[in-house]
Amino acid sequence: MSKHHVTTTINGEPVEYLCEAQQTMLDVLRDELNLTGSKEGCGSGDCGACTVIVDGNIVCSCLMLGVEAEGKTITTVEGIAEGDKLHPVQQKFLEHAALQCGFCTPGFIVAAKALLDENKNPTEEETRYWLAGNLCRCTGYDKIIRAVLDAAALMRGEAGAV
Amino acid sequence: MPRVSYTAPATVDDAVKALAGAAGLAKVLSGGTDLLVQLKSGRLKPDLIVDTKRIPGMIGIREEGDYFVIGAATPGVLISAHQPLEHAYPGIVEGVDLIGSQQIQGRCTIAGNLCNASPAADSVPPVIAARARAVVAGPGGRREVPVEEIVTGPGRTSLQKGEFVVEFKIPLPKPRQSDAYLRFIPRTEMDIAVVGCAVNVTLDESGACTDARVVLGAVAPTQVIVAGAAEALRGHKLDEDTLQRLDSAAQAACHPITDKRGTIEYRTKVAGVLARRAAAIAFDRAATRGATIAGAV
Repeated sequence: MSKHHVTTTINGEPVEYLCEAQQTMLDVLRDELNLTGSKEGCGSGDCGACTVIVDGNIVCSCLMLGVEAEGKTITTVEGIAEGDKLHPVQQKFLEHAALQCGFCTPGFIVAAKALLDENKNPTEEETRYWLAGNLCRCTGYDKIIRAVLDAAALMRGEAGAV
Repeated sequence: MPRVSYTAPATVDDAVKALAGAAGLAKVLSGGTDLLVQLKSGRLKPDLIVDTKRIPGMIGIREEGDYFVIGAATPGVLISAHQPLEHAYPGIVEGVDLIGSQQIQGRCTIAGNLCNASPAADSVPPVIAARARAVVAGPGGRREVPVEEIVTGPGRTSLQKGEFVVEFKIPLPKPRQSDAYLRFIPRTEMDIAVVGCAVNVTLDESGACTDARVVLGAVAPTQVIVAGAAEALRGHKLDEDTLQRLDSAAQAACHPITDKRGTIEYRTKVAGVLARRAAAIAFDRAATRGATIAGAV
C-alpha cells in the first residue's frame, strides 16, 4: 500500500510527511516527526496523554489518523512555550508541583492551555469538567486544578490568589 | 493497527462509489472516536476507510426551510456552540455534550454515535424525540428515514452496503415546544449511560401537553420510543397523577440487561425516575419559552 503525502502545520511550522493510512496522528508525531512530548497512555481516547490542539479544538491524537492532518493546524506540547519562555500553565505546574511521574503532564498542559485560550476566567468546576478527559494517577488532581486556576489569574494580570 | 486503505472523497457520489465498490469491508470515518478504538482492538478489520469530512456540507449546521440541517460529520464542539440549535433543542445539545471528554467532543458526531449503534448512545434519544430524519446516500440515490429506523440492534444498522448518513433534518420547533435529556451514570462525568431519557413536549397556552415524545436509551437493544409515556402526557399538565402514569409507562417499556453498570431492576426503576425529571425540565422550558418565539428561532 502506498504511503500518503500530508502537508500540514505543526507548532507554527509547515510540515510534510509520508504516512500509512493506519498510522495515528500520535504515531506520526512520535515515530515520524520525533515529537515525543505527546504520550500514548491508553490508545483509546480515555486518558488524554496524547492531547493536541487541531484547528483550535483539543483532540486525542491517538484517535485521529495521520492522513487526516492534511491542511490542518496542529499544536503539540512542544509548541506551547515561546522559545525559552514557559507558558503560564507550564510555569504554574512547576510552582504548584502539579506533577509527579510526569506522563500525563503534556496532555494536561495542552488541554489547560486550550481552556484558557477559550475561557480567561474558568471556575474550578469548569476547569475540572474540561480536564475530565485527562487522567492522572499520581497527584489526585488538586494541585493540577490549582495550577491551572493560578495560571488563569496570571494571564489576566492578577496576582496569584490560589 | 493492521494495514488499511484510506480515501477522502470530495463528493457524496464518490464516497458512495468507494463504499459500494470496496472489495472487502469499508467503513465510514467521521469523528473516528469509536472507529479507531475498534480498529485497534481488532474488533473491526476493514479494508478501506472512507473519510467523509472533505465533502462540502458534511460539517456544519444550517437552517433550510423548516429544518435545521446538521452535517453528519459535525463535531460536538460545533453543535454545542450553535446558539439557535441550543435554543431550539437544548435536549439535543445536552445529549451530544455528554459524549466523552472535551477531547472527544472535538471529533465525535451524532452520525457516528447513531451508526455505532450502542443502545447507550447519549445523542440518539433526544434526536429521535425531535422526530429528526436521517438523509442516507447510497448506490440507489438518496433516501430520508426517521432516525429511529437506523439502529436495528447493538452494533447493527439498517444501512446497506454503499450507504452512509449525509445529514440530519430536524424540524424547527413549534411555539411552546422544548425538550430535555438526562442520563444516569454512577459518577459525574466520563461514563456510559445506565439509563438515558429524552422528553420532547409541545404545550398549549394553558400549559397542557398537546404533543410529546419520550425516548429511552440503554434499557433495550435499541433506543425505545415509549408510546405509553407520550400518551400519559398528552392532554395533561404535570400533576402527580400524570407523572405516576409517565413513570409506569417508562418502566413498562424497559427490556434491559444486567451488567456491571446496573441490574435489570435498577435500570427499570431509574428509567421511570429519569422520565419524571426530564419531563419536568422539558415542560418548564416549553412553558417559559412561551408563545413569543415563532417556529423560526
